[in-house]
Amino acid sequence: MREKKPYFVVTYFTTAEAMATERLCKARGIEGRLISAPRSVTADCGIAWRSLPESKEIIKSALAEANIEVQGFYDLEL
Amino acid sequence: MTGRIYFDNAATSISKPQCVVDAVVYAMQNYGNSGRSACSQSLDASRVIYEAREKIADFFDVGNPRNVVFTSNATESLNIAINGILEKGDHVITTDLEHNSVLRPLYALEQEGVEVSFLHSDSKGSINYDDIKSLIKENTKAIITTHASNLTGNVIDIKCVGEIAHAENILYIVDASQTAGSLPISMRDMNIDILAFTGHKSLLGPQGIGGLCVADGIEIKPLKRGGSGVQSYSKEHPSEMPTRLEAGTLNSHGIAGLSSAISYITDIGIDNIHAKECELVKHFIDGISDIEGITIYGDFTGSHTPIVSVNWKDMESTELSDVLMEEYGIATRPGAHCAPRMHEALGTVEQGVVRFSFGYSNTIDEVDAAIQALKEICG
Repeated sequence: MREKKPYFVVTYFTTAEAMATERLCKARGIEGRLISAPRSVTADCGIAWRSLPESKEIIKSALAEANIEVQGFYDLEL
Repeated sequence: MTGRIYFDNAATSISKPQCVVDAVVYAMQNYGNSGRSACSQSLDASRVIYEAREKIADFFDVGNPRNVVFTSNATESLNIAINGILEKGDHVITTDLEHNSVLRPLYALEQEGVEVSFLHSDSKGSINYDDIKSLIKENTKAIITTHASNLTGNVIDIKCVGEIAHAENILYIVDASQTAGSLPISMRDMNIDILAFTGHKSLLGPQGIGGLCVADGIEIKPLKRGGSGVQSYSKEHPSEMPTRLEAGTLNSHGIAGLSSAISYITDIGIDNIHAKECELVKHFIDGISDIEGITIYGDFTGSHTPIVSVNWKDMESTELSDVLMEEYGIATRPGAHCAPRMHEALGTVEQGVVRFSFGYSNTIDEVDAAIQALKEICG
């Protein structure tokens, strides 16, 4: 089994917001990638953004600046 | 790792036949707006669209090609059918196997006074056909079922349901999203009144094109009204099929691709396609069923589409799918699959499932790679 590591995860109400996040993070050089929303935080299907924990604050402020609507922020072991 | 091996064909097939790609490109470079002029570019679009209606009428044994309506996908087709047939005071019977493209339009109509009853699924995703008769009431207007579950791949015996519906004078609406192009469908032989399909799954066509086939004599109230190229001074949208249910510019580019895809499938033979898909499914199940802790969902004793949904112990389906993608380059779909009642019946609301959905272009070697990957991950 894959070893679990800590990540900062962002979930959304729509796929469009997840794609906007990827575009935003790429433009700003913030590392991370899109994943299927983990079942531990939502049973709804959907796409989430996963970054390293140290990017948490920079992502939160970037999302706020860009008016990207977020469902939730999570610190997860994935 | 990017996806080397693609097992999400039940969502959208990739590796489209070259003839489909060529037909779309040719259409984009040469066709005008169908029905809007007698210029050659417009007529060419109209010709390819009519030819596609004829091919689809043959393919699903609809009868009259004028009863083949083009839409953007099965969801649009189902919305047109459901909203155009059911009215306040009507009763409709459907199943736990349905996708949200059936459930959500029905739930919306429930708020407006349409009664909805469900044929329940057992824990293997099967329904009991004997239950249908007990659900029929005086005001039952229609039975709506999928042809196959997008979650388990279990196939519903639509001929059996069609016979029950017609014996009771009830309309039968079939969602063929998961089977069109993979299993033979005859509207007349199976007593289907309305058939909804999409072009981008096992029909191997482009996204954005689907359709609705309607039996003679069935009148569906239009969902959309607008430009039709005919009867321009009338305040009402034309009532004649197929224009009755088509408003606005038709997607002749997508229709050209779909038309070519249907020829491709017809040339290979739908039975040959299904046989190959069954071989992939059997090989996969034989390879993974002895993995300790694996759960395989569905009933494989009867007819089946090329879907195998699994979980391993209590591992999150999203995690298993992510490892398959990132470490093995194998694309699957995890989580909930827009079929909430099916997940409830299977007991997978929380865990979701990892769905492997094969297609005609997949190979035994690719299936072997998935078997090996699962053995390593779950070992």
